[in-house]
Amino acid sequence: MQTIYKDVLIIGAGLAGERAAAEAAGAGLSAVCLSIVPARRSHSAAAMGGMQAALGNSVMGEGDSTDVHFADTVKGSDWGCDQEVARLFADTAPIEMRRLCDWGVPWNRVVPGKSKYFKGGKQFDKEEKEEKRGLITARNFGGTAKWRTCYVSDGTGHSVLYTMDNRCAQLGVEVHDKSEAIALIQDGKTCYGAIARSLRTGELIAYVAKATMVATGGFGKIYKASTNAVICDGGVHGAVLDTGVVPLGNMEAVQFHPTGIVPTDILVTEGCRGDGGTLLDVNEERFMHIYEPDKAELASRDVVARWMTHHMRLGKGVPSPYGEHLWLDIRHLGADHITGKLREVYEICTSFLGVDPIHQLIPVRPTQHYSMGGVRTNKDGAAYGLKGLFSAGEAACWDMHGFNRLGGNSLAETVVAGGIVGGKIVEFLKDYECEIPTAEITRTAAKQQQRIDDMISGKNGNENVYKVREAMQNALDKGAHVFRTEEGLTECVETLQAVLKRARSIGLQTDGYGASPELSAALKIEGQVKLALCVAYGALQRRESRGSHNREDYPARNDRDWLTRTLAYWKNPDDDLPTLEYEDATPSFEMPPGDRGYGKMQIITADSKEES
Amino acid sequence: MGRQLKFKIFRFNPQNPESVPRMEVFSLDETDSMTLFIALNRIREEQDGSLQFEFCCRAGICGSCAMVINGRPGLACHTKTKDLPDEITLTPLPVFELVGDLSVDTGSWFREMYNKVESWVHTDKVFDPNAIEDPMDNAIAEEIYELDRCVECGSCVAACGTARLRDDFMGATALNRLGRFVIDPRDKRTDEQYFEVIGSDEGIFGCMGLLACEDVCPKNLPLMNQLSYLRRKMGVVALKQIFKK
Repeated sequence: MQTIYKDVLIIGAGLAGERAAAEAAGAGLSAVCLSIVPARRSHSAAAMGGMQAALGNSVMGEGDSTDVHFADTVKGSDWGCDQEVARLFADTAPIEMRRLCDWGVPWNRVVPGKSKYFKGGKQFDKEEKEEKRGLITARNFGGTAKWRTCYVSDGTGHSVLYTMDNRCAQLGVEVHDKSEAIALIQDGKTCYGAIARSLRTGELIAYVAKATMVATGGFGKIYKASTNAVICDGGVHGAVLDTGVVPLGNMEAVQFHPTGIVPTDILVTEGCRGDGGTLLDVNEERFMHIYEPDKAELASRDVVARWMTHHMRLGKGVPSPYGEHLWLDIRHLGADHITGKLREVYEICTSFLGVDPIHQLIPVRPTQHYSMGGVRTNKDGAAYGLKGLFSAGEAACWDMHGFNRLGGNSLAETVVAGGIVGGKIVEFLKDYECEIPTAEITRTAAKQQQRIDDMISGKNGNENVYKVREAMQNALDKGAHVFRTEEGLTECVETLQAVLKRARSIGLQTDGYGASPELSAALKIEGQVKLALCVAYGALQRRESRGSHNREDYPARNDRDWLTRTLAYWKNPDDDLPTLEYEDATPSFEMPPGDRGYGKMQIITADSKEES
Repeated sequence: MGRQLKFKIFRFNPQNPESVPRMEVFSLDETDSMTLFIALNRIREEQDGSLQFEFCCRAGICGSCAMVINGRPGLACHTKTKDLPDEITLTPLPVFELVGDLSVDTGSWFREMYNKVESWVHTDKVFDPNAIEDPMDNAIAEEIYELDRCVECGSCVAACGTARLRDDFMGATALNRLGRFVIDPRDKRTDEQYFEVIGSDEGIFGCMGLLACEDVCPKNLPLMNQLSYLRRKMGVVALKQIFKK
């Protein structure tokens, strides 16, 4: 078996991973990124809208500051976030945007003079100032007090990722694409790297490193209808859970984006609503203002997704062969705007739906979009439970998003956290030496080879991986979606436990040679079902509603009993439920729990009595 | 009822000693809004789990899924079956190394390209975290983005007459990449330095002007204008060098 030694191994080559790699390489360390796909195809590229940072250059961002950004983030999280982390993030974001500017990102800039903008379907005027000419400008996004979202037309993620990968190429960061990490090398105390499977040849390769980072993005593909890329399947989260000692945080906190298109579940950006797009029902009438008189379509994602689902339940959805949906209307923004600033949206509608958004309505519905939960780390990005293991970006639960993240905060998090955690890895490695337990490498590789051999020979059964995967996805879509109940979640957990048994009896239907896609799917299915159980069981136990987690039977946010973060462990590989522990949501409060100002709901305050 | 579609797909797994290159036929009932993404996944999940192909974002953004569709390179994810005849022939992109079936290794090819054209901003400026950013005209930022929209799918290379004739031709994607830095005021390279990179038959002077690159580009990049702009610009440098001698 080939063994590759590096100072830093980064699993994932999206924005968080490559930003950290750039930090490590810039400090003279050797770094390698493993990636299923070439770095530039990572899912970071698909984030169209932008990155939030309180630069305050646009006239609509006047009076903005890192304090206001911090407050928006904490409110957005429904007080579920770690406030020290949210503060660190808000303070660092403006510096990071300027750094990206130096590295080559073609941010849209302030153009002085009068221009028009839309809000809630109405047209307004603004006048940008001469003294801000050419500085990084911003657009409006949901859940924010100011225009704060820096953007590159409709391809922010794409453009920043290309710049970052350019930077990594310049610094000599190696990217080993078509490689999939399938197990961590660890002894219960320290992490020493990972075993990866080549998606060119199928061979196993050991990557040994003093520091290992998980930056693999979200795990949305455990749901059936998800805006996530095919590669966002939680494979490496499964490997992390499999250590038994590293917890996943807040797995029940799953965000549903209000505007996934029907039927292909492709996301159209929040920028549509930020720029003045409206949501219409079956009668082609607006409805968000009924529920949210002030913010209307621009309330935070969880609130908009919830009211959309609610409105469809009232019978106001549009029937279609693919289930009910609502309409997104951007026609009034005009052809220039739609084919200019919203070009990607225009392309998606025409290419994938055959809909022309200049003249026609876009069919949309709430669709799984973002995983707030992930590998639980401290504010340095160091994972709980294993020395030498780090995580950042959507893969991590750092945790600045709590129970709901704001549009534009995740893409900003990738580079901000990637930079901070990359810096902490450099610090960590300054005086760090470890002895590499070669037996552990051999043992881990042998175990994985055995799994592969057993799946090919059919030793454990002949369950079809694609059918098992579908059963898992259907269970989550049915029981752990926008609205949740005791009954639905109990059924979901029981179904998933039965699916887990099947996932342990996978046998390949084909030969498994080389980069067999069936084998790739089979190797991760057990871990995926365990993740699904962490989501459903965590949601069942959390008897309150907070952010994106909506319990119809417990509609109040309960700060008395649930101002906590769920930590899900899989202590014994043969268990059929995770072990849940809890910790305080934040070590300190800069901003005490209060009303978000949108998404009206009851609050059980921390000092209220039991049974009140 | 929908059509019965017949997919003729190139099959070869180089890792399997018994595998030989061949075409295999699969049949599917066409459904509403069916794309090649939906069709290929159904074939893999229902008929042959070993079928290799590349999809990632499945939304036309990442560039993973380029293949030759009825003789023409393009992105499979945004190809709707209703725009195709009953018989659909799928083969892997040429030029790039085959991984298996419809899957090719674009990653290595593009990585080499970045190094060849030094695909990064060349500057002596050291980032100052306490300073505000250098201003830039918004129109220039938008011009840069226009060229930065390339998704590196490889379609332009696969369709390029020169690239099919000589392995060392950089292709429209590389020339477009360099062009992106030529107009970026942050990159301090001179025309003479750019000439060093692309002023040869491997670069801008290798283009025969067939322009299939622009025809097949899924992002509709202005490759024809871009190539002629660079050819003129590099031509001027070449003339200057002749007269200097």
